[in-house]
Amino acid sequence: MAIKYSQKVIQHFTSPQNVGDLKDPDAVSTEGSAACGDMITYSMKINSETRIVEDVMFKSFGCASNIATASVATVLAKGKSIDDIKALKHADLTDALDGLPAVKLHCSVLAIDGLKSAVRQWEVSQGLIENGHVILNKETVHKFLNGVINPHTGENLIEANMIRRILIEEEEEGHVFIEIRITDEEEMFAPNIDEEIREKLEEIPGVRKVLVQFKHKI
Amino acid sequence: MIYFDNNDTTQLHPDILEKMIPFFTEKFGNPASLHNLGLEAESAIDEARLQISGAIGAKPKELIFTSGATESNNLAILGAARARPNKKHLIISSVEHASVLNAAKRLEKDGYRITRLPVDGQGFVNPDSLRDAIDEDAFLVSILIANHEIGVIQDVKTLAEIAHSKGAWFHTDAAQALGKMPFNVEDLGIDLASFNAHKLHGPKGIGAMFVRRKNRPKRLMEGAPQEFDLRPGTENVPAIVGFGLAVEIAVRDLNEVESHIRPLQEKLAQGLAEIDNSMLNGPPPDERLLGNLNITFLYIEGEAILMHLAHRGIGVSSGSACSSKSLVPSEVLTAIGLIHEEAHGAIRFSLSRYNTEAEVDTVIESVKVVVDLLRSMTAFIPEVHSEKKGGTSFYRKR
Repeated sequence: MAIKYSQKVIQHFTSPQNVGDLKDPDAVSTEGSAACGDMITYSMKINSETRIVEDVMFKSFGCASNIATASVATVLAKGKSIDDIKALKHADLTDALDGLPAVKLHCSVLAIDGLKSAVRQWEVSQGLIENGHVILNKETVHKFLNGVINPHTGENLIEANMIRRILIEEEEEGHVFIEIRITDEEEMFAPNIDEEIREKLEEIPGVRKVLVQFKHKI
Repeated sequence: MIYFDNNDTTQLHPDILEKMIPFFTEKFGNPASLHNLGLEAESAIDEARLQISGAIGAKPKELIFTSGATESNNLAILGAARARPNKKHLIISSVEHASVLNAAKRLEKDGYRITRLPVDGQGFVNPDSLRDAIDEDAFLVSILIANHEIGVIQDVKTLAEIAHSKGAWFHTDAAQALGKMPFNVEDLGIDLASFNAHKLHGPKGIGAMFVRRKNRPKRLMEGAPQEFDLRPGTENVPAIVGFGLAVEIAVRDLNEVESHIRPLQEKLAQGLAEIDNSMLNGPPPDERLLGNLNITFLYIEGEAILMHLAHRGIGVSSGSACSSKSLVPSEVLTAIGLIHEEAHGAIRFSLSRYNTEAEVDTVIESVKVVVDLLRSMTAFIPEVHSEKKGGTSFYRKR
């Protein structure tokens, strides 16, 4: 099936802004993985007085919308304070691109997550927050699942009410079990959703194995 | 536009369009009617049936028209299961078209046992793996003769013999093969085969199935007894007429077209092999489906390559065009051993009689520019990859 992109997406894809690596960056982040076909690296200059992002550049391994969302994310981030960046939502990127097809919305989530993790890393390096106080529990897992998009509807798994069960195994340390409700039409995306869930949850310190089971909606 | 996506669909041959037009206008009859218009339509269908059955070495009564190879594949697999209800084992390869893979999945849900034969690094099914898998419970073996993504051509004759040794029927999806290579049902010894028209410069929405007279699947739809009671519904007369001529022209011109396309295919492969860290998926150019190439450009992603080429007026596809919406890499490419990051960077180029050497030159140059551009901005760190793989070469081992 052909995927239709807006003119804005095509513009940012064919003439991406702020491509490359900054010299002596104050923060860098990499989100996604090449195995998923979706990966963004950011480098940032942040003014420690004003806490303003003075410069940001990206590199990408991914499809046209991956490149376009990263490009527009750098445009939105430049000149903003780190608090502004923390408040950005993936919808801000899709709005700036005049929309994205539902199956590509996960690209905007990745692009935003990358910005936020660069900012977070900077805060850690400045001693503003402590790193690694994320605890493996149901709430954390739930929070991380917010970032996984159902490509059929464009909603995240929580909004789409797809999470039936989250289980942190007690016998096997670091094993997380997730049960997902899925419809027949969404079944083609099951391998993709499975991969995205693993990728997200493996970011949580202490997670060693993620088991995802799909149950059909009746 | 430079169109290098001919395994997806092809441009209609002008002679075919011309022959079809009267069947939309003054010759609009229903072949089932007994008046003159009906008889005229019926004899047009008979002529097409003769053209196609003759081209594949079948009897006219062994060829039925369908809406395309997808329908034919479904009819062959699901219809054979219905015709042989006591047998519950289906054998396919792991590099089939979605219509075969998903028809098999449906049977699996109904309790059938499915064997998916593995393939080697170039996509070949080893006949020994079929010898190991075949049993008296197998009602059908379905293995596509020419692969839509990686152009591998299977030894169907040997595979069909093995299937028959335990009484299984043999079906092949020949959607890509018809008109692009010699194809004779008697020489190959097969029982069922699926075809379509739009891969060989005919119209879309029309296909056919070869059905050996003693090995008939059961029909899937109920209706009037058209197409020897296997496929009800009023025939798509203009498309059938176009299909008949498409096959006649393809078979007539095969040698000439092959000597035009094969050197272009070789030249394109050689030109793209000059790009560092590129690799050919499937067999070497002279051993694969006429016009087909599939190449991975490492460290970048296929859709981005495709979109940049589209922006430059070049049409190609990324893996299988049908799977581009599902966000998972092509099952065919992972079946031949590609890791996900290699499958993501795969582009299929497919040529037809209408492509020229100048177009090949333009495409080689444009691909080089696009690959350089995307690699200059890639977030993928090559060291990680080469450590894992121990370097890459353009040709894959079997």
